[in-house]
Amino acid sequence: MFQYIIRRLLIAIPVLLGVTIFNFLIINLAPGNPVDMYINPDTTQADIDAKKEALGLNDPIYIQYFRWLGNLLQGDFGFSYTTYEPVLDLVLNRVGPTLLLMSTALIIAYIIAIPIGILSATKQYSWIDYLTTTFSFLGVSIPNFFLGLGSIYVFALVLNILPTGGMFTLGSNGGFMDTLFHLIMPAAILGTGIAGSTVRYVRSSMLEVLGQDYLRTARAKGLREFIVTNKHGLKNALIPIITIIGMEIPVLIGGAVVTEQIFQWPGLGQLTIQSISSRDYPTLMAINFIAALAVLFSNLLTDILYAVVDPRIKYN
Amino acid sequence: MGQNILEVDKLQTAFRTDKGEVVSVEEVTFQLQPGETIGIVGESGCGKSVTSLSIMRLLGKHGYIKKGSINLSGKELTKLTEAEMRKVRGNEISMIFQEPMTSLNPVFTIGNQMVELIRLHMGLNAKKAKSYAVEMLEKVGIPRAEVIIDEYPHALSGGMRQRVMIAMALSCKPKLLIADEPTTALDVTIQAQILELMKSLKSESETAIMMITHDLGVIAEMADKVIVMYAGQVVEEADVFTLFDEPKHPYTKGLIDSIPHLEYDSQEKLYSIPGSVPTLQQMPKGCRFHTRCPHVTEKCISDKPPHICIDNKPDHKVRCWLYEANQQEGMYKEEREVHV
Amino acid sequence: MSVEMSLEKDGIFKELSPLVEIQNLKKYYPIKKGILSKTVGHVKAVDGLNFSIYPGETISLVGESGCGKSTTGRAIVKLDPPTDGKVLFEGKDMATIQNKELRKIRTDMQIIFQDPYSSLNPRKRIGDLLAEPLIAHQLATKEEANKKVDRMLEIVGLTKFHKSRYPHEFSGGQRQRVGIARALMLNPKLIVCDEPVSALDVSIQAQVLNLLKDLQKEFNLTYLFIAHGLGAVKYISDRIAVMYLGKIVEIGKTEEIFKNPKHPYTKVLLSAYPIPNPHLRNRERIVVEGDVPSPANPPQGCRFHTRCPMVQAICKEKEPLLNATDHSVACHFPLN
Repeated sequence: MFQYIIRRLLIAIPVLLGVTIFNFLIINLAPGNPVDMYINPDTTQADIDAKKEALGLNDPIYIQYFRWLGNLLQGDFGFSYTTYEPVLDLVLNRVGPTLLLMSTALIIAYIIAIPIGILSATKQYSWIDYLTTTFSFLGVSIPNFFLGLGSIYVFALVLNILPTGGMFTLGSNGGFMDTLFHLIMPAAILGTGIAGSTVRYVRSSMLEVLGQDYLRTARAKGLREFIVTNKHGLKNALIPIITIIGMEIPVLIGGAVVTEQIFQWPGLGQLTIQSISSRDYPTLMAINFIAALAVLFSNLLTDILYAVVDPRIKYN
Repeated sequence: MGQNILEVDKLQTAFRTDKGEVVSVEEVTFQLQPGETIGIVGESGCGKSVTSLSIMRLLGKHGYIKKGSINLSGKELTKLTEAEMRKVRGNEISMIFQEPMTSLNPVFTIGNQMVELIRLHMGLNAKKAKSYAVEMLEKVGIPRAEVIIDEYPHALSGGMRQRVMIAMALSCKPKLLIADEPTTALDVTIQAQILELMKSLKSESETAIMMITHDLGVIAEMADKVIVMYAGQVVEEADVFTLFDEPKHPYTKGLIDSIPHLEYDSQEKLYSIPGSVPTLQQMPKGCRFHTRCPHVTEKCISDKPPHICIDNKPDHKVRCWLYEANQQEGMYKEEREVHV
Repeated sequence: MSVEMSLEKDGIFKELSPLVEIQNLKKYYPIKKGILSKTVGHVKAVDGLNFSIYPGETISLVGESGCGKSTTGRAIVKLDPPTDGKVLFEGKDMATIQNKELRKIRTDMQIIFQDPYSSLNPRKRIGDLLAEPLIAHQLATKEEANKKVDRMLEIVGLTKFHKSRYPHEFSGGQRQRVGIARALMLNPKLIVCDEPVSALDVSIQAQVLNLLKDLQKEFNLTYLFIAHGLGAVKYISDRIAVMYLGKIVEIGKTEEIFKNPKHPYTKVLLSAYPIPNPHLRNRERIVVEGDVPSPANPPQGCRFHTRCPMVQAICKEKEPLLNATDHSVACHFPLN
């Protein structure tokens, strides 16, 4: 197992490199450049050129890339083109809120999806099943932003029970309850979107398990149906579901971008959108790098979890 | 003549399907004494597995017992509630299945699965249950049982897993063990091991065995008496020696003749029963076998033959019009016996 | 091994050269371990097989799971090319011939599979399934192919009205008949039958075995019959090769093998087989202990020594070779 992990980490390095190269190219291909943000009627061409020179934008792309890479290997993510803050600090400030949002959304998603998925599978073709399928279809099809804006309207403006956005109430000291209040809507919106597809996975995984011989053996031993389904069946059904978590994380990262923007949640997602608009290349590269790390890590975690949960899997 | 441990009387089982009700078991009647082995032989779709599932009342959401009774030492199983039936399963009646590779839960250890059963019905504490489980594993010939008990099923071969299933099934000292094609999926040398094991375990206890198989060789090895099923009905019933020496029903004869024999010299042609088992939609009106029978008569096509004794032997019954002449005598004999 | 052999068939001696010669056939599957997926060992599914198949005969490969019999069958028709060794078809080395010639040889050897439920494409009608080999090899026009399909269906006991149906509309026995018809479409010389009756009911097995026997006479076919059911093997075979852990341990004429088994494993196999005669139920049986060893790590010396009731010291060290007679056995202390 240890060797397997080492092997995966070794493979991750070229993958990361490839991701960063690809990102760098894409970012630079987008029309416009950082200097455009500073242009106002007073700016002269000389100023523009000087700025470009200062930011190193006149060098060929590959030089720019290697400069960035070299700095990265020394732990230096560079400075934001817009705020001049060190990118690392900028990004690290935002990681916390995003992690909070993502993990809460994930928990909500699974708390909804697993019981409903199991119920839908054990009562296949019943009205519960049809209701579940409809719900999951809606969850997958309705876009986050629509649901987000709609829920802001209903809960914040009409009913006035939840805040409209942000992570803290302006002017207050924050605190656990305050954050919680602000967290509910964005996490719920993000979570229910994911729950929609997860329910399908749980249902089909459970259906497959329900047809297995070892459940028949369990019944023949005289066990209650509840135990048969939820002890003998579920543990097997969870195996593929756990691997799905690894797939959800990239989806969450993407979903978080939109959700954070709608709810003005001060996380990486919001930062991403700001950086794209201002062509803040260093920040964008850093965010993409972190996202890539997160995806690789979650894939590795999934595979390890797989081996932990399923005794038949042994990595060599 | 001792008390019967199991009495199945005119059992009829059906399933609800999209196309309406499907009767899988038309009529099955037999008795079992303690320590006796009955072989139920037939081909796919004859209803032998459904019979065993009916006794265990494991027919699923869509199956139900339409008629008949199943009596286990005085307890009428068809009238028990589900909770009462659960106390019987694994405890008074145990069942082992065909596919040892998939019959054990892959994510729990052998010990976990055995102890679960032992604690459920025997009320032992965890430690005692585990050491009892090790004892049972040793009894079925599993080497290094104390180590195997903490292993997962995938670490064992098919033969070993089937031994574990047998150990589990016999843990609570059941009155009846139902074995549904227990050796069909195993290699022939492993099959021989398992059958030897079952024979030796049988001689030690009073457990009756219901051996379900399509393999007449296994029947000849294991059974004391045999019922032959075809299309949901019992077509012949006899003790094992009589069945092989003097098979009466044309289907039984056809089955026996269509097996290539090892001891005889090479055969030119193997007898084969023409045609195939009719589907439920095409079930013939009279005798169900008449479309494939070499001795079919007018009566066979129109009337359903009853299951009657022949040759003055109360234990040898056949469902066939060819033996009508014996019918009168047989019935007379039965009547007389009742008054004694 | 002698290249030419007298084959007694229906009482007539024939001097024949082999249709297929298998020389030192090996099929290994690598086991990979470690960070860099190094190959640390092999599963030796087939480990040095030598035998010949003569025209017109039925030779069976018999053994339990893991002995390599199915792998051998597939290696011969080049479904899974061998790791080492040679397969000669009519004297030509299958490994060296290319393209056109290989395609021609492919039409001379066909295979029937075990599972009638999964070996037919569920999306194709039977008629199309059967016509496909002819059209793929461009051996007939559509009309000619159609006519042949009709004829083949009749020959295997179905009717031409079955042409337009899909596989799921047939029973297991009927599907196996379709499989047989498909194998016959190209007029092959050799048919490898890989457990063709194991998945069928007893009464259907008899039908299919009879059909195979009739077809052999009518079309002058050669069969390599792979099975673990000894009864079927005895009924249909002229010769039998008993395999254990990738090697042939005994090979000879059917009657000989059954009457005078020379290898302890053969004897074990024969005595383990349940006989449908209750009067013989208490006969002397040799029941071996334990499971078959893993083909990734076969025992030293004679592969059967770990389970052999007659094992001696030399069996653990030196591997016995197949002696070159009509009834060959690979054992240091053959019986009889």
